[in-house]
Amino acid sequence: MAESITLEIFRYLSESETKPAFQTYEVPFRRDWVILDALNYIKDNLDGTLSFRWSCRMGVCGSCGMMVDGTPVLTCATFMEKFLPGPIRVEPLVNFPAVRDLVIEMDDFMGKLSRVKPWIIRDEEKPLSQGEYIQTPAQLHDYKQYSMCINCMLCYAACPIVGLEPGFVGPAAIALAQRYNLDNRDQGKKERMEVLSQDDGIYECTLVGECSVVCPKSVDPAGAIQRYKATTAMEWWKSLLLPWGKK
Amino acid sequence: MVEVVITSVGQEMSEYSRRNGGLYQRRTPIFWWTKKWSNVKFITRELTSVFVAGYALVLLFQIRALFQGPETYANFLEWLKTPISITLHAVGFLFVLFHSITWFNLAPKAMVIRLGKKTVPGSLIAASNYAAWLVVSGLITWILAFS
Repeated sequence: MAESITLEIFRYLSESETKPAFQTYEVPFRRDWVILDALNYIKDNLDGTLSFRWSCRMGVCGSCGMMVDGTPVLTCATFMEKFLPGPIRVEPLVNFPAVRDLVIEMDDFMGKLSRVKPWIIRDEEKPLSQGEYIQTPAQLHDYKQYSMCINCMLCYAACPIVGLEPGFVGPAAIALAQRYNLDNRDQGKKERMEVLSQDDGIYECTLVGECSVVCPKSVDPAGAIQRYKATTAMEWWKSLLLPWGKK
Repeated sequence: MVEVVITSVGQEMSEYSRRNGGLYQRRTPIFWWTKKWSNVKFITRELTSVFVAGYALVLLFQIRALFQGPETYANFLEWLKTPISITLHAVGFLFVLFHSITWFNLAPKAMVIRLGKKTVPGSLIAASNYAAWLVVSGLITWILAFS
């Protein structure tokens, strides 16, 4: 069993350097350690200047996403053992600008997320006196998978289209749009369609499928986007063949 | 709660980067797809569309030849028999086969069918696509064999 393992970490000291470089650290190897444990070991014992984000350590908050040997992962859910004998290369998520070391700038993603209006839209809110909006387990099942998204942005790092066409709304935002489109309490399909049928919307997706491969919550954004494409195509045919029909 | 945390961190960081130096932006290299087998397969699948378009073009030229009279049509059929045409068709056929199979395998991603309370499994959706393909191919073979 290995006693230690080497980590090659992307260092970008934005306050003093203009270019990043890889710095090597030797950390103890423990079978029960995930990459995040190793990063915290470095921060606490070897180099306090290393910057990275983390919070929950249990795959819920979505803060600790990084590239590990070129694949976007949650570092709290990725064991070092998998990468024996090393070295393990840790980089900030690609397709996002790096702020410092392993920390990325996520403003662009937050903007895209709010563009698709990921909340329940009602034509008219019914008064409280009329009670709650009822939902059956089957109706919940329709969208539940897409509601599991934790905004960790691994799918954005995995998607080559996001890298090539930075305007693309992207996998998580579209999956979350579908989460609300498929909710029986929602009436905002049309508003979201106006955003997502634009040039930078669903049709940018060429179904590489990597977003669904890396998703730690099995949301399947690629599936969400293809379903959305199929729905818009059906709507288009309907409006062509039945122009007098209900819009 | 999670979203609130992310938003506040995001804003703090842009304030940070405004004060403490620039962001470092990496670009996607043009040969990004060569690094992973699944991406090579993806690019191959996309490229096979060229061969699908090629088949469509051959069909259009065939129809044009048909309209231009029996002599042009006979010439066209003669061209189809040349080694270069046969080679092109053989290569094209392999790519179109790859195209069809990969797309049929992906069909369940776009089609989620609910029957009552149950969701139809993806394998069944892919299988029904293959079945339809076989039926249509069989029908075409039957027409060609008996006409």
